[in-house]
Amino acid sequence: MSNVDEIKLGKTFFAGIWDSNPVLRLLLGMCPTLAVTAAVKPALTMGLSVVFVLLFSNIVVSLLRHQLKPHLRILMFTLTIATAVTIADLYLKAFMPEMSASLGPYIPLIIVNCIIIGRAEACASKNGLVVSIVDAIGMGAGFTLALCFLAGIREVLATGKWFEMPVMPDAFVPWAAMGMPVGAFITLGLMLGAVNLLSKKTG
Amino acid sequence: MSNNQTKNPVLFFLEESWLLLVSAILFGCLLACLNAAWQPKIVQNEIDKFNRLAGALLNEAKAFQAASEPIPVDIGKGKVYNVEVKKGTDAAGNLIGWAFVIEGSGFADKIKLVVATDAAFEKIAGFGVLSSNETPGFGDKINIRPEDGGFYQPQFIGAPVAELELTKIGDAQKIDHQIVAISGATVTSDAVVKIFNTFLLPIKEKMKEQNLLQ
Repeated sequence: MSNVDEIKLGKTFFAGIWDSNPVLRLLLGMCPTLAVTAAVKPALTMGLSVVFVLLFSNIVVSLLRHQLKPHLRILMFTLTIATAVTIADLYLKAFMPEMSASLGPYIPLIIVNCIIIGRAEACASKNGLVVSIVDAIGMGAGFTLALCFLAGIREVLATGKWFEMPVMPDAFVPWAAMGMPVGAFITLGLMLGAVNLLSKKTG
Repeated sequence: MSNNQTKNPVLFFLEESWLLLVSAILFGCLLACLNAAWQPKIVQNEIDKFNRLAGALLNEAKAFQAASEPIPVDIGKGKVYNVEVKKGTDAAGNLIGWAFVIEGSGFADKIKLVVATDAAFEKIAGFGVLSSNETPGFGDKINIRPEDGGFYQPQFIGAPVAELELTKIGDAQKIDHQIVAISGATVTSDAVVKIFNTFLLPIKEKMKEQNLLQ
């Protein structure tokens, strides 16, 4: 692999983490971002499910990109994504039933998550397998990190715990609002403001 | 006339959509295989959850065993739902109550409930939600257990096995046939009441016919 290719792959990966972070820069996938971030565990499960779906969909779309007819491509993307989401949903129901019940409809709703179809259209249908895989991992990691960071702040402030482990002193008074939707909106708003500030400073 | 219009329409369809058709078949097979492999585990999880929920509703019951053949209940539009009634017994084998799974349409998806009654099938011992996809923050409040401060579930504990009625205003503390709806989730509240009304009395009748009840 040439240096140019390595640089391209590196850029593709880090685009998902920061420059084109789906949550913090593109504001995609807002529904699960706001809904499942009351604690880190469900946020991490959602993030990993999205990584799996992104990987599956990008690999399939990239492999079939030369056969895709323009007017049927969206149908093909939807079919692929729906298959991956159903696999993720079945897996959680079989091996993580409590988590599956706690995430409720948000796992099946990954089907309509714009990040997945967006990457299939913008990257996988135009690039080779390696770039598509790196893009899926980068975007998925960016989504997961954003969700876990948001969930971490909310869980600590709402319960005094992080990943269900007590981390605050006994005198800490839990801020129940942070566990509610209002907490998700406020924390996400502050995070977006901080990211905008940082990106202005770094140019 | 364009080339496409002169072609055999079936051939044209296959030429255009073969990839979609082949993919659909392959993905369908993949899902069928995974479903076959994981379904026993999913079913076992549901059984474990049933035992846990039913055990919480009938505290003294130590075991749940099928009481009879599944009881067919007419759920409208010519459809029949088979209810497997299980009897809850204590360590000495004495009958504590009855528990079964019933379901109906909710706001977003099917709502599956575990319902328990007393041994005489006169009073509801409560219900637990086996599965639902109701709106978070609104309809999903039907999931909140009484011990977790739930407002909706406790209204069913001790309520009579009779035609229940949903009201928007009322005293939720009063245990009778009236159930006060969850604010902002009337459709879900109504769905649960409808599930009770569809199943409970027909099950009781059928159980009497089978001499399971006095």
